[in-house]
Amino acid sequence: MHELAVTENILKIVQRHAEQAQAKRVLSIRLVIGELSSIVDDCVQFYFDYLSQNTIAAGAKLLFERPRVELRCEACGHTWQPADADWTCPQCHELKARVVKGREFYVESIEVE
Amino acid sequence: MSQIPVVERILGANEDLAAQNRRLLEAHGVHGINIMAAPGGGKTTLILRTIQALQGRRKIAVIEGDIASTIDADKVRAVGVPAVQINTGGNCHLDAVQVQKALAELPLEDVDLLFIENVGNLICPVAFDLGEHTRVALTSIPEGDDKPHKYPGIFAAVDALVVTKTDLLPWVPFNLAEFRRLVRGLNPDIRLFEVSCVSGAGLDEWVQWLMELTARK
Repeated sequence: MHELAVTENILKIVQRHAEQAQAKRVLSIRLVIGELSSIVDDCVQFYFDYLSQNTIAAGAKLLFERPRVELRCEACGHTWQPADADWTCPQCHELKARVVKGREFYVESIEVE
Repeated sequence: MSQIPVVERILGANEDLAAQNRRLLEAHGVHGINIMAAPGGGKTTLILRTIQALQGRRKIAVIEGDIASTIDADKVRAVGVPAVQINTGGNCHLDAVQVQKALAELPLEDVDLLFIENVGNLICPVAFDLGEHTRVALTSIPEGDDKPHKYPGIFAAVDALVVTKTDLLPWVPFNLAEFRRLVRGLNPDIRLFEVSCVSGAGLDEWVQWLMELTARK
């Protein structure tokens, strides 16, 4: 349940950038949140609708990009998307996986008018 | 209508404050350890046993994070170690702001090792940098050996994992070999410890590691 704290931060970032751009209104917000970040999308939108009332971002739609976990084996260089928490390399069977994708957690862009 | 690039970390404000906390600890020669586990995982008990084992060798302080109550901080103070209780009032994790306030109440000049006991939770604490130097997770034997399947994020994010309550292994189905294999798969660099705070088994190795991490003032 840290969606509230996360949403407050998103709103602050969006407000700052929208004001800098002298926008009248924020229409949508693109978020990139990797699969390893446990965030419930609907929950963030719910909090956002509430927190953004009477702000420049009121009514903005949150667009989530959720990159899947991608691993790279340090032993053989193979990259793959694991199906579960068994991160054994499917090619060389070593346990030397590095997370290449899936930890993203940022506001990518906003659409304003 | 126009698209404005932002590319800003959502928890950037927390991460900036965490960096301040880390600098404050370093200025005082304090090594911070963020302890994360499920409720009942044995965090407070491990901290208490560690305080006992490091008596006279390292000066310890503790920040206790809980939704409510001062039970944990009271236990730590009872053994003569400075402790600050943070009550998050429902929040599922500690954040860098709360830790910054707590640090102001501790005699940092007289501390070598700071334990920050996070709120019992395997999900949310992982996302919030507190300014610690080392992240440690605990899994207790009764929780079951399937936790890496269910919460891969925490196992992938910590420097060390302490398996606690190993004295229960004879009575609880827990495949330790498979558990170790999964954990090492999620995190090839992880340090693994297996301890029982009841029998004391495995504590020496854990304490030795802490001694290596911290310098004495």
